[in-house]
Amino acid sequence: MNRMRLSGLIRKEFLQIVRDPSAIAIAVVLPFVLLLLFGYGISLDARRVPLALVAPNSPQAQQLLGGFYRSQYFMPRRYATMSAARNALARRRVDGIVWLRSDFGRRILGRGDAGIGVFVNGVDANNATLISAYIRGVWSNWLAQEARDRGAAIAVPVEVEPRIWFNAALRSRNYLVPGLIAIIMTLIGALLTAQVVSREWERGTMEALMATPVSMGDILVSKLVPYFVLGMAGLALSVAMAEWLFSVPLRGSMLLLFTASGLYMLVALGMGLLISTVAKNQFVSATIAVVATFLPAFILSGFIFDLDSMPFPIRLMTHLVAARYFVAILQTVFGAGDVWPVVLANAAGLCIMAVFFLGLSWRLSRKRLD
Amino acid sequence: MAVSALTFDGVEKRFPAGGGRIVEALGGLSLAIGTGVITALLGPDGAGKTTLMRLAAGLLRPDAGKVAVFGHDTMLEPGAVAETIGYMPQRFGLYEELTVRQNLDLYADLQGLAPAVRRARFDDLLALTALGPFWSRRASALSGGMKQKLGLACALLRTPRLLLLDEPTVGVDPISRRELWAIIDRLAREGTTVLMSTAYLDEAERCHDLIVLDEGRLLGRGDPVSFRTPLAGRTFLVRDTKGEPRRLQQELAHRPGVVDAQLHGGEIRVLLADGASPGSQQGEAWDAVQPRVEDAFVALLLSRRTHWRQDTVRSGSASTGVRLSPGVLITARNLRRSFGSFEAVKGISFDVSRSEVFGLLGANGAGKTTAFRMLCGLLPPTSGELSVAGANMSHAGRAARQRIGYVSQRFALYGDLSVAQNLRFFAGAYGLRGAQLAARLRWAEEEFGLGPYRASNAGTLSVGHKQRLALACALLHEPQILFLDEPTSGVDPLVRREFWARINTLAHEGVTIMVTTHFMEEAEYCDRLVLMSQGEVLAAGTPSEVRALARVSGGPEPTMEDAFIALVAGHEQSTRRAS
Repeated sequence: MNRMRLSGLIRKEFLQIVRDPSAIAIAVVLPFVLLLLFGYGISLDARRVPLALVAPNSPQAQQLLGGFYRSQYFMPRRYATMSAARNALARRRVDGIVWLRSDFGRRILGRGDAGIGVFVNGVDANNATLISAYIRGVWSNWLAQEARDRGAAIAVPVEVEPRIWFNAALRSRNYLVPGLIAIIMTLIGALLTAQVVSREWERGTMEALMATPVSMGDILVSKLVPYFVLGMAGLALSVAMAEWLFSVPLRGSMLLLFTASGLYMLVALGMGLLISTVAKNQFVSATIAVVATFLPAFILSGFIFDLDSMPFPIRLMTHLVAARYFVAILQTVFGAGDVWPVVLANAAGLCIMAVFFLGLSWRLSRKRLD
Repeated sequence: MAVSALTFDGVEKRFPAGGGRIVEALGGLSLAIGTGVITALLGPDGAGKTTLMRLAAGLLRPDAGKVAVFGHDTMLEPGAVAETIGYMPQRFGLYEELTVRQNLDLYADLQGLAPAVRRARFDDLLALTALGPFWSRRASALSGGMKQKLGLACALLRTPRLLLLDEPTVGVDPISRRELWAIIDRLAREGTTVLMSTAYLDEAERCHDLIVLDEGRLLGRGDPVSFRTPLAGRTFLVRDTKGEPRRLQQELAHRPGVVDAQLHGGEIRVLLADGASPGSQQGEAWDAVQPRVEDAFVALLLSRRTHWRQDTVRSGSASTGVRLSPGVLITARNLRRSFGSFEAVKGISFDVSRSEVFGLLGANGAGKTTAFRMLCGLLPPTSGELSVAGANMSHAGRAARQRIGYVSQRFALYGDLSVAQNLRFFAGAYGLRGAQLAARLRWAEEEFGLGPYRASNAGTLSVGHKQRLALACALLHEPQILFLDEPTSGVDPLVRREFWARINTLAHEGVTIMVTTHFMEEAEYCDRLVLMSQGEVLAAGTPSEVRALARVSGGPEPTMEDAFIALVAGHEQSTRRAS
């Protein structure tokens, strides 16, 4: 490797990044938009769920309904009859119905066996589970209050008091934003890098480069360095936005975060370079990069979808997805702190993949056209 | 014995061609190139010229045999080879986002040019290429000719001992070609060995050594004289005393004993078969002339392609079905087109009559593509009048499009569809059906000799056959006007001959032909032409009228290329003075 050649190539690469609008779009604009989208727009929590209430006007019923009005999770709406409420549910004006029979007050005072009817729209299964759990929460709160008021005249079932650690408020933003770092680094490392190398093939500049005394090592390193820097800049952007815009707490150390990210960046770059040795036109390389790196990082990394609830064969497959190890580290470092057993196990996975992908692209690239 | 600059020793190279087939690009090629000479690599499309260049640059591994540059094996000592050569690929290898200076800097770094000598070398190269004023302009904003020179400058930074140029003059106008040649000549005088592949046979005349390849094999080798000598006494210029050179050219091309007949400056250049005697007929004046490399090249290739003559054009055998009526078919009056503040076409006017072959000539960036697109109804004019086949193009473009056929530079065929499927698709697109459809498909296959290839995929055809298919597709709906955009760019001389013979036939049958070209000699095939520069028409008329504009008293009869250069240079000078 020769310093003059290498610095010349790296300078060229930076100039191209700065002047090529598509590189800026992938490296800066897209991460920014994704962060805003996931930070503000997309939330996996159910908040202000429109809820239909069908209830008589007895004082006990009013007391229970008050619980729903006070809750931040619901936007209750009164309906006079059950059929009107059912109609509203079918039209998706409300996502659930709480039904109190007309004899609710009498039964609760009498035998104490009054039940409430709960109907939830199950079209969105995830949401339905959340909503029914929230309703149950309001219901049991009210029961406990009632029992205390009247000296345990009502039989309260076994009390469950859940405590949630690390993300007590259960804000999905707190794990989505860190996970997004893996997505952004995959974009820059794999998609953008595969694109720029295949563009050199397409425009014939690779042919001209190869006829000069540069070595293949020079060419590979000249692609690694600028996009590594760009990826770390993407990381810095994400961390800054997470801290100051979304107030996502970072419980672990910054040093560990940047080290682990650097490791993942090498894996992503390795995948990008490997793709470009196989696909020598931009369209094919972008397609491969999206299907083989970006989508798995989105779906099979635990970024959005829980890995443990996936069927066994798919769970096995996720072990081949590099982003999976990185997302685990990210979520741990942000949410829980420097938990070394988790970090080290996943970092080992990343190391193996970095060596594999970089080594393979090194082996496969030759300074020839055939 | 001195070491040769480049040696090929029994070199074979094969490529997989899809579907499990293997194509042999070079078959057992052995040759040596001496130092300090300019060698031209000639051959039809697919002869293996680019493969040979890439093997010489060490970019391909030979399947058998070895390639050496100044004694260094390209596979065993790639480093030494890379430091000895300068290589300019067909697409120059420039970074479009980088400026002229940054491109030079990059290649200086890559070639290890010491910073101390860099400044002086840059000054040298900028003086050589006249790129100085564009020092900080991005490569994407350079014209084709300037890109070419910058690409060359990048390959010359360390003064290579062997300079490899792959078709350096394709798609470059005559003025840029002359400048490029001045640079190449100077390099050769200073001791650089140059190997260049070219499709322009007039360039071969200026080289010291010629290599003719065909289908990956060496077909001929020697200096230009050794190619020309065997043809002594077989080449003539024939003047038509009746003043219809195009008709006579067509007649001569089919006369027994004539190998080749080409229009040349209003006369016909004839190459006779060995032993044939000039059979001068009434109305013809024959003059013996010196043979050229092009004659030898055509004779060589034709001797290997015995089938070529039969499956080329039969003249006037089948009707294209166009109703003949005299009159003007295209009228352009003060036609303008601007893109933002840039005026690409600045008020041009001309008429094209029925069954004329009308040419649009110009350098890169002269506005001929813009003018052409307006004529086809692909681009509305900013102002001015334009009527094509009786339809006003500013609001009835659709009506006109049914009456025109269009062949784009890249042929616009579906490579994965067979010949028959391509024909059927285009017939459907033009709304042909029933008995008419069947008749036109039969016509296309017969007229263009496509029958034997009907089941082959269009993508696998040779360039010549692709061109035939593209023409057939554009003529299926019996258009009155056929538009051809740079139909012969990057096409070898044989295919070009076949093409012009076919165009002649079509014009004879009543189709009006509108064609753009930057091969100046091809302008001779036009009945009339306009010559454009910087969006304006510089000259209009028959080829001999345009040539006459550049005639200097006492000087030799100018060729079309001379006329072009004189007119464009004069025009550019006058606009510069005016501004």
